[in-house]
Amino acid sequence: MRTSRPLLPGLIEACHAVIVSNADHLGELDRAIGDGDHGTNMKRGSEAVYAERDQLGGLPLPEALEKIGMVLVTTIGGAAGPLYGTLLIEMGRGLRAAGSGDGVLAETLPPAVAAVARRGRAQAGDKTLLDVLYAVQQAVLKQSPPAEVAAYAMSAATDTIAMKALRGRASFLGDRSIGHMDPGACSCALLTGSICRFLEEFPSA
Amino acid sequence: MNTNGANVGIVIVSHSPLIARGTADMVRQMVGDSVPLAWCGGNAEGGLGTNARDILTAITSAWSEAGVAVFVDLGGAETNSEMAIEMLEPARARRVLICNAPIVEGAVMAAAEASGGAALARVVATAEELSP
Repeated sequence: MRTSRPLLPGLIEACHAVIVSNADHLGELDRAIGDGDHGTNMKRGSEAVYAERDQLGGLPLPEALEKIGMVLVTTIGGAAGPLYGTLLIEMGRGLRAAGSGDGVLAETLPPAVAAVARRGRAQAGDKTLLDVLYAVQQAVLKQSPPAEVAAYAMSAATDTIAMKALRGRASFLGDRSIGHMDPGACSCALLTGSICRFLEEFPSA
Repeated sequence: MNTNGANVGIVIVSHSPLIARGTADMVRQMVGDSVPLAWCGGNAEGGLGTNARDILTAITSAWSEAGVAVFVDLGGAETNSEMAIEMLEPARARRVLICNAPIVEGAVMAAAEASGGAALARVVATAEELSP
């Protein structure tokens, strides 16, 4: 990860594309066990970041990640805004503290994921996007190839189908939340898949 | 918005702007202009939702040197309120507390307490007595 200039706008475009094309699906998942706005909220957030992709690409990566996090906090809203925002803000802060170098970005993931858990007061198995983040973190730390990281993420999202929601709006449904994929876990797996596919094709990443 | 610096301010955050505004109306009916008060709710498209930026604006609008008590409805309102507080300068952030209390009853009780000049901790404790 030598420079953020060519890489970051491409990643933003990839994330934007996967959210826009899956917004209706995320909305359907959220209508089943939540308040139904996850698709439109994620779309609003990804469009705001997409609009600023060129300026963001000109920033050093730590600043860019923090800026994206702040944009997501204020534009996604809902519960997902602070969670995705916290993830990126903390990765940016971690990256700035650690300095540059290969593999450093991966090391920022565990403290950032821990910050998301604190923010949402959630833990593994609560049927949230955290279930996917833990799987991604584990795969990244094992230095799995991108395609494998993406597969772990999707598998973790699928695992939320059988879970009973213990955090978030879906927890009000109790046992009736069982049998539906968590929308946050789904968006998180979709974004992971999109990022991994992009990195596989990106020459210098 | 009243910005009387003497009494603790009250901020009401609901997913629904109607609930937030209605709760603020009930607070006003109880305490008039003696307490700084602001509310927010709804998303950018006019639907239901909360976001940190609107909450930050509301906290700033109801700011009091005595501090601000924030009342929230469901999960995202609380998470976004926490983010909004972290966006304040640290000296201010320390004087903003999110109350674990029912939004309508809590805000009205807290405002009544605040209107008598009670300190932030007392205002919050009064509202939180309503929670089981």
